[in-house]
Amino acid sequence: MVEKGTYRVKSGLAEMLKGGVIMDVTTAEQAIIAEQAGAVAVMSLERVPADIRAQGGVARMADPTRVKEILAAVSIPVMAKARIGHFVEAQVLEALEVDYIDESEVLTPADPQYHIDKWAFTVPFVCGARNLGEACRRIAEGAAMIRTKGEPGTGNVVEAVRHMRLMNKQIRLVLSAPTGELMSIAKEMGAPYQILLAIREKGKLPVVNFAAGGIATPSDAAMMMQLGCDGIFVGSGVFKSGDPEKRARAIVEATTHYKEPGIVASVSEGLGEAMVGISIDEIPPHEMMQVR
Amino acid sequence: MRVGVLAVQGAVREHLSILSQLGIDGRRVKKVGELSGLSGLILPGGESTTISLLSRGHLLTKVGELVSKGFPVFGTCAGMILLAGEIEGQEDAYVQAIDITVARNASGRQVDSFETMLCVKGVADDFPAVFIRAPYITRIGNGVTVLAKHEGAAVMARQGNVLVASFHPELTSDMRIHRYFIGMVKEYEEKEAVL
Repeated sequence: MVEKGTYRVKSGLAEMLKGGVIMDVTTAEQAIIAEQAGAVAVMSLERVPADIRAQGGVARMADPTRVKEILAAVSIPVMAKARIGHFVEAQVLEALEVDYIDESEVLTPADPQYHIDKWAFTVPFVCGARNLGEACRRIAEGAAMIRTKGEPGTGNVVEAVRHMRLMNKQIRLVLSAPTGELMSIAKEMGAPYQILLAIREKGKLPVVNFAAGGIATPSDAAMMMQLGCDGIFVGSGVFKSGDPEKRARAIVEATTHYKEPGIVASVSEGLGEAMVGISIDEIPPHEMMQVR
Repeated sequence: MRVGVLAVQGAVREHLSILSQLGIDGRRVKKVGELSGLSGLILPGGESTTISLLSRGHLLTKVGELVSKGFPVFGTCAGMILLAGEIEGQEDAYVQAIDITVARNASGRQVDSFETMLCVKGVADDFPAVFIRAPYITRIGNGVTVLAKHEGAAVMARQGNVLVASFHPELTSDMRIHRYFIGMVKEYEEKEAVL
């Protein structure tokens, strides 16, 4: 008997991406650059977060034509973003046979209250989280991979760091607390109790956790890896920089060799202009993507 | 006994965990120097293009040299692609340690990834196999033994000291295939001791 879309098959693909970099791309040309630079997967979307932030308007899933071109152009897995709660965008992306769907706060949410019921799909989902409660709720909804949200399109790593440190701290609490305190922790965090039990059994989050949102340099990537994430998402950081080919490769190298400052130093030389960064304090509260 | 796991990218942790459960001293291998003192090497699942691009300092070339001297290696999924003699649709292959041709993503895209029970010759009648965007073996060279097939396609094979599988035994708690590989490593250690 052959079983497709099992949770092991869904989370298993994310396990295979560990230690790698997933890059946002809007065209097949960019996808090829990402693959040749050593990306483990590409993320297809209509506009990169920095452009969404600058241009405003409603950000939606990518045009199926673009998605198909990207699927045809590379042999690495192709992910694609759907709006939070937009289960039909997700159905469309599944019909296009993308390898992973990112239910993403980078796009304009389609449902003010609910996320997609991800158990209803064969294709696996990755979701963003700022803390352990969010991560556990998304996992309970069927997400097979988590990424910390950071603040997308800013080129500013501070929020990614904040979210990763908080999640690590909360996981340490869950692992060290006496069993009798776990239900109260679940209530405070807004985390389903069963998922906390799974964390205690595994000694870690039950799925892979990548870092995302603001990673723009090789050092940013290496820092997130040293903070304990399983891999890196780069959104605007590559294709909004002066030399995408070189920067993409450098971020990949720094992610692999994150414990070796000598290598991070050498790949960081002469990368040209990094993307323009935005201070988090300058973003009006209603334009923060992470709260979605 | 020390066995390495190529640790450039991919399912490294899972292989190390199984090795440790089998009482084997598992080591991460990212650099050529880390190959010394090992009696075998596992090339894990991951993205083969990424792993090959990032294997610095001729790491894969060195693996190839060791294999030709009898050093046992086991490649799962991407690891099988790295060890294959030929890759469909691609001019160059990587380590070229086993005389087979493989087709990348032959099982299809992720929506077609699957689990099934496999009969693995000499290992198990009922091995839980997880196939993720899996490569299949499309040509078997002389001296290569097919150990498992799925719907007619060869998905596990051995040629002397080289073992390859399309699927991911490291994603299950079934350690029989790893035990089989450790058997190959023991044979190698015994031979080396005699020499």
